[in-house]
Amino acid sequence: MAERRTEVLVIGAGPAGLAAAAAAAACGRRVLLVDDNADPGGQIWRGEGRAHLAVPARFEVRCGVRVVDACGASAVLAESAGGVERLTFDRLVLATGARERFLPFPGWTLPNVVGAGGLQAMVKGGVPIAGKRVVIAGSGPLLLAVAAYLRSRGARSLLIAEQTGRLRLARFVLGLAGAPQRLRQTLELRRALAGVPLLTDAWPLSAHGAGRLEEIRLRTRRGERGERCDLLACGFGLVPNTELAALLGCRVEAGCVAVDEHQATSVAGVYAAGEMTGIGGLDLSRIEGEIAGYAAGGDERKARAGLGPRRRARRFARALERAFALREELRELPDARTLLCRCEDVSVGRAARYPSWRAAKLHTRCGMGACQGRICGAAAAFLFGWRCEHARPPASPARIATLAAQHEV
Amino acid sequence: MSGRTDVLIVGGGIVGAACAAACAQAGLTVALVEADLAVGMDATAAGMGQIVAMDGSPAELALTRYSQRLWDDLARSLPEDCEYERCGTLWIAADDDEMEEAARKATRYHEHALQAELLEQRDLYALEPALRPGLAGGLCVPGDSILYAPRAAAALLAEAERHGARALFGCRVRALHEGEVELDDGARMAARTVVLATGARAAELIPELPIRPRTGHLVITERYPALVRHQLVELGYVKSAHGTDADSVAFNLQPRPTGQLLIGSSRQYGRADPAVDRVIVARMLKRAIAYLPVLHGLDALRVWTGQRAATLDGLPYIGPCPGRAWLFVAAGHEGLGITAALATARLLSDHLLGRAPEIAPEPYSPARAWLETVVRA
Ligand SMILES: Cc1cc2nc3c(=O)[nH]c(=O)nc-3n(C[C@H](O)[C@H](O)[C@H](O)COP(=O)(O)OP(=O)(O)OC[C@H]3O[C@@H](n4cnc5c(N)ncnc54)[C@H](O)[C@@H]3O)c2cc1C
Ligand SMILES: Cc1cc2nc3c(=O)[nH]c(=O)nc-3n(C[C@H](O)[C@H](O)[C@H](O)COP(=O)(O)OP(=O)(O)OC[C@H]3O[C@@H](n4cnc5c(N)ncnc54)[C@H](O)[C@@H]3O)c2cc1C
Repeated sequence: MAERRTEVLVIGAGPAGLAAAAAAAACGRRVLLVDDNADPGGQIWRGEGRAHLAVPARFEVRCGVRVVDACGASAVLAESAGGVERLTFDRLVLATGARERFLPFPGWTLPNVVGAGGLQAMVKGGVPIAGKRVVIAGSGPLLLAVAAYLRSRGARSLLIAEQTGRLRLARFVLGLAGAPQRLRQTLELRRALAGVPLLTDAWPLSAHGAGRLEEIRLRTRRGERGERCDLLACGFGLVPNTELAALLGCRVEAGCVAVDEHQATSVAGVYAAGEMTGIGGLDLSRIEGEIAGYAAGGDERKARAGLGPRRRARRFARALERAFALREELRELPDARTLLCRCEDVSVGRAARYPSWRAAKLHTRCGMGACQGRICGAAAAFLFGWRCEHARPPASPARIATLAAQHEV
Repeated sequence: MSGRTDVLIVGGGIVGAACAAACAQAGLTVALVEADLAVGMDATAAGMGQIVAMDGSPAELALTRYSQRLWDDLARSLPEDCEYERCGTLWIAADDDEMEEAARKATRYHEHALQAELLEQRDLYALEPALRPGLAGGLCVPGDSILYAPRAAAALLAEAERHGARALFGCRVRALHEGEVELDDGARMAARTVVLATGARAAELIPELPIRPRTGHLVITERYPALVRHQLVELGYVKSAHGTDADSVAFNLQPRPTGQLLIGSSRQYGRADPAVDRVIVARMLKRAIAYLPVLHGLDALRVWTGQRAATLDGLPYIGPCPGRAWLFVAAGHEGLGITAALATARLLSDHLLGRAPEIAPEPYSPARAWLETVVRA
């Protein structure tokens, strides 16, 4: 097995990972940044990430590299088109981000019902959206960002259904008065969406169509209504990606990787930054990345300079969390026959007969398929209040040859 | 339920569930207590679920052969989600020495009226073309089958409940007293007979039982239908797997009805931690790739561990506890508890009803444990 040694290894090239790599490099460390996508940028800057790299970048970036497991102490196992390698580090910064939460409702598995962030990525990847009627539903600021992007790419008509209440949303926007820059961003976003209806207290009840999506039923403040559309893009908030951190032995609390003041995890020499430590948006991710990068690079003074900004950004994150908390009614969306696990065709009704995630998994196969519960686990956690963890290797499907190479060290 | 419980089963793995079914069907009043929240969540959920006639010793073959027949009878009435399938086993001989072992194995199976067919090299590749070239041949045992053990345990428990048994979950037993068990919350439950079916944890309640946990790892792949048709086991299996106390791996691969491949096997003593040991997984997978090269490029979804309940002589403890006639042990099945669950349950119900057992029960008597303890002391 090939072996690569570096002083600071950063996993994940989204905003947090990019900031961490830059900070560690600024400390004079040799830094390697790896990401499993074709380009750096993470979810938000997908396809535009190179623009966010300092030029010339003072660290090495390698894309198309997927880290699948720990590999002894101070190393991880990675696979790429070139094969398998062991990446050895003195310090590690994890910045593996978050994924969208899907909630099941009747019809959610119809073709053309997609994830909101997923649709944005597809369009960035070249899927045409011009002339399409799109409903964007779920919760959180991501819905607005996706709507603005789709509009800029020529989507014909758009409708946003935000589940949170009008009052809560208003309170949130008012709260932004103390953060003029965020308020400006928000207003700009709203302007970019001028003419796009934004319904609050609204969510999809069901999706219908023969073979593919034709119409959805929406619950709104004025009761139920139908809406014809070509695409339904859903996202009910984000879920931290903690699988790799857990395999490295890092403590995970309430679904987030636990970190101290300097973004250090419970494992010595391993730091974590960005959405995996708690959902907080772009600014918080960058600040955490910078703190983690400086701490991993050995410059405690510079790391501490980020603590104040992080405190403010966390305040905003908490406000976001309150404003967009999922409402109880959403638990009633699926009926007993609605699929919970798409990989293994397990309905909500079947899973509901069991007392825990593990019992449901073992007795129905829910969460046992290719996605290993990454999608249905988050939904089940919300629907049933279960703790849905995955602490078994590999962090994502990996070639058998990769796992077999682990002891050639 | 009125009056006293006849049988109180501690442990709701496949062995406990089978015991509950056999006793309830026989008309006894049955209660089962399980520490976890559902049936079959421990070793039963971690194992491969192969129902295999195994000839490590005459007593092992008698027990597994008998139990296999009971499974065959039950198969027709098992719900579909038990995924019962008679896929047979191919024992693979790598060289001439192992071919000779295959021939001896065939003889032993034939003596027990078990179908077993020696395979020349050509026959082996006709059955499983994906095997690596250059193997000597093998032995096909068509009567072996596989099932999904957690659902089979659930089906057995449901059968018990249809006959009036009741099961309590989230109830851990912390101590045994004469004709009684004591739960974690201090409550006591009495019964004429208490059955200990706590698998690898049996020694926690009866310290005299020399049962040691023996960890195994398994790897499950993505779906690759029709790549392999039989359970594949290397003939070195018994040698490498049962032979010593050292860590060992052997090639053992099962095609799941889903098209996935379940890859084993490893054996390790002294690992209480459920965490995956990457080094032994790598050794195990290397060995698997050596037999089935196509595995190299396939995707693995998940690796997990489970604990087998190992005994000193490789046979389970099934029978009353010396000096404590009210206490019946049904534990220590090592790598054969799915296979042997039904025979274990039948030996228990025969004992309780005073029926003559179909196989001699003596080789499995827990009295061995006390003798072994004396000898060791
Ligand atoms: C025939 C068969 C087919 C199967 N097919 C599949 C399949 O297709 N896909 C699939 O995913 N699974 C499959 N399984 C496996 C099954 O889902 C479980 O993985 C298996 O029963 C063992 O579970 P586990 O020990 O990993 O338990 P889990 O369900 O992972 O639970 C283990 C518990 O221990 C904790 N834990 C995990 N790791 C550690 C650690 N390192 N340290 C401390 N605590 C830890 C976890 O948080 C969890 O609470 C199959 C099982 C069988 C028997
Ligand atoms: C990797 C691996 C592969 C295997 N492959 C096969 C195979 O192919 N074929 C085969 O036949 N066998 C196989 N086995 C063995 C088989 O899985 C076990 O022998 C069998 O599951 C044992 O069942 P059991 O009911 O005795 O134990 P378990 O399933 O472990 O059940 C014991 C139950 O007792 C409960 N319990 C424990 N202590 C207490 C307490 N104090 N109070 C209340 N409840 C308690 C536990 O929670 C548990 O549910 C394999 C095992 C492993 C690990």
